[in-house]
Amino acid sequence: MLYAFLCYKNESAVMSWTKDEDDAVMAKLDVVHQKLAVEGRMGPSLRLMPTTAATTLIKEKDLVLDGPYAETKEALLGLYILDCDSLEHALEVARDLGVANPGGAYEIRPIRLYLPGGDVA
Amino acid sequence: MTDGAWIDAALRSARPQAVAALMRYFRDLDTAEEAYQDACLRALKAWPRTGPRRDPAAWLIFVGRNAAIDATRKRARQQPLPDEDLISDLDDVETAVAEAIDHADYRDDVLRLLFVCCLPELPATQQIALALRVVSGLSVAQIARAFLVSESAMEQRITRAKRRVAAAEASFEAPVAADRPDRLAAVAAMLYLVFNEGYSGAAAQASARAPLCDEAVRLARLLLRLFPAEPEIMGLLALMLLQGSRSAARFDADGAIVLLERQDRTCWNRDMINEGLALLDKAMHRRVRGNYQIQAAIAALHARAATAEETDWSQIELLYAALEELQPSPIVTLNRAVAISRTRGAEAALAMIAPLSERLASYFYFHGLRGNLLLQLGRPDEARDAFGRAIALAGTPAEAAHIREHLDRLQTTPLKN
Repeated sequence: MLYAFLCYKNESAVMSWTKDEDDAVMAKLDVVHQKLAVEGRMGPSLRLMPTTAATTLIKEKDLVLDGPYAETKEALLGLYILDCDSLEHALEVARDLGVANPGGAYEIRPIRLYLPGGDVA
Repeated sequence: MTDGAWIDAALRSARPQAVAALMRYFRDLDTAEEAYQDACLRALKAWPRTGPRRDPAAWLIFVGRNAAIDATRKRARQQPLPDEDLISDLDDVETAVAEAIDHADYRDDVLRLLFVCCLPELPATQQIALALRVVSGLSVAQIARAFLVSESAMEQRITRAKRRVAAAEASFEAPVAADRPDRLAAVAAMLYLVFNEGYSGAAAQASARAPLCDEAVRLARLLLRLFPAEPEIMGLLALMLLQGSRSAARFDADGAIVLLERQDRTCWNRDMINEGLALLDKAMHRRVRGNYQIQAAIAALHARAATAEETDWSQIELLYAALEELQPSPIVTLNRAVAISRTRGAEAALAMIAPLSERLASYFYFHGLRGNLLLQLGRPDEARDAFGRAIALAGTPAEAAHIREHLDRLQTTPLKN
C-alpha cells in the first residue's frame, strides 16, 4: 500500500543547521533512501522551502494569508510517498528515517488516490 | 547528527527567543545573557538523556529564569541552594510555560531584543557587533575576526554598546502597536548592515565573514516568521538570499574580485535564488512598494539572466529610477547610471554622474565607474586619472588590484581614437 510520510520538525532548528550539518543529515537520509529505492518502494519525495515562503488561501472568503495554514510547533517540512507492506512496516521505515534525522515526527497516512502527474513535473 | 550537533543547533536556534524573553523578565541584557548561559549548561547535561525538546526556547526560558532568580537569592543569602528537583523534571511545567508564552509575546520579545541593538545613538559597527554577540550568540573572537580587530578591542566595543543600551531605559518597554512599523524598519536596516558587513571585504576575509551573512539571513527568517505579512521583510530576506547566492562566484582562485557580468553563473546557489524569487513574488503580491523589494527585484533580474548578455538592463534602470524616487541618494543614482550605460551608452551615463562628482568625491566606485565610462568613450588620459583616484580610495587590496588591471591595459594597449 502507498503511504504518505508527512515530515514535521522544529523549523527554526533545521534552519539553524550549518551547511555541513545539513549535508550530513541528507547523506545519512540518502542511505535509507537508497535502500528503499533498491527495494522499489521509493515514490516521489520532496523538501519544502521554509514556511516563510508559504501562502495560504482560505477558500470560502478567498482570503490570501501569508504563512503556513497550520501554526504548529513543528512545521510540515517535507513529504515522502513510500510503498510499504503494512503499518508495521511503515513504522519500521519511519524509525529508520528518524535515526538518520532525529527530532520531530512523521505522520503516516495511507494514500487513497494517487495520480503520479505524468510529464507535468 | 551527533548529540552534540543537534543540541548545538537547538540552542543556537532558540537563543534569540530565549534571551529576548529573559530580557523582558530582568530588564537587563547582562542578566538575561547570564541566565541563558546557565540554562544552556543545564541543557547540555539534561538533553543527551531526555532527547530533543519539543520547545527548546520555552525550556531555556523557564530554566534560565529560575537559575537567575536562584542566583540572586544566593547572593542575597536568603535561600539555600537552588531546588534541583524543580528543574530536573520539567515536562509538565515546560508545557505550561510554552502555552503561557504565546506567539504575540515571542514576537514582541524578539523585536524588542533586536531593537535595543539598533538604538540610533549607537554607531553602525556597534549595532552589528551587539546583535551578533547578544542575539546570534557569536563569540567575541568570531566577531573580532570578521572586523579585523583584536578580541580585547571588540570586547570593549560590545561593553560600551551594552552600557549605552542599559542607559536608554525606554527601549525595554514593550512596543505599543504604533511603534511597531518604526521598530521593524530600524531592525530591518540593522540586519541588512550585518549582511553587508559579511558580504563586503576581500576574499581572504570571506570565510571569517560568511557567518555574518548566515546570521543576517537566519534573523531575517525569524523576523518574517514573527511578522509573516510584512512585504518589506519578505523583500529584505529575498534581497539577502539573491545577493548571497553569488558568494561562491565572487572571487577567483587568486582572491581577485570577479565582477557580476564575468561570474560563473553555474556557481550561483540555486536554492537561495529560488527561495529569494518565491519570496519576492509573494511580497509583490501585496502591492506595497518598498526599498528592499525594489533592490531584491533588481537582484532577481540578475539572477534570472542565464548569461550576462541576457540581463534586462532597461528594467533594471526603471527599478533604480523607482528607488531614486523612494529614497534619493547619490549612490542609487550612480547605480542607475551603470544601467543607463548599458541601455543608452556611456555618454548618457557620464552626463548623469557628472553632478555627483562633489558628493561622491571620496567614493571608490564613483571614480571606478567614471574611469570605465571614459575608457569606453576613448578618453584614456581622463580615464587614467579617474582610475588613479579610485586606487587611492580602494578599501581592499582586491579592489585596488581590480582597478590596476584597467590601468595596465590602458598602458599596454593604446586606444584608438
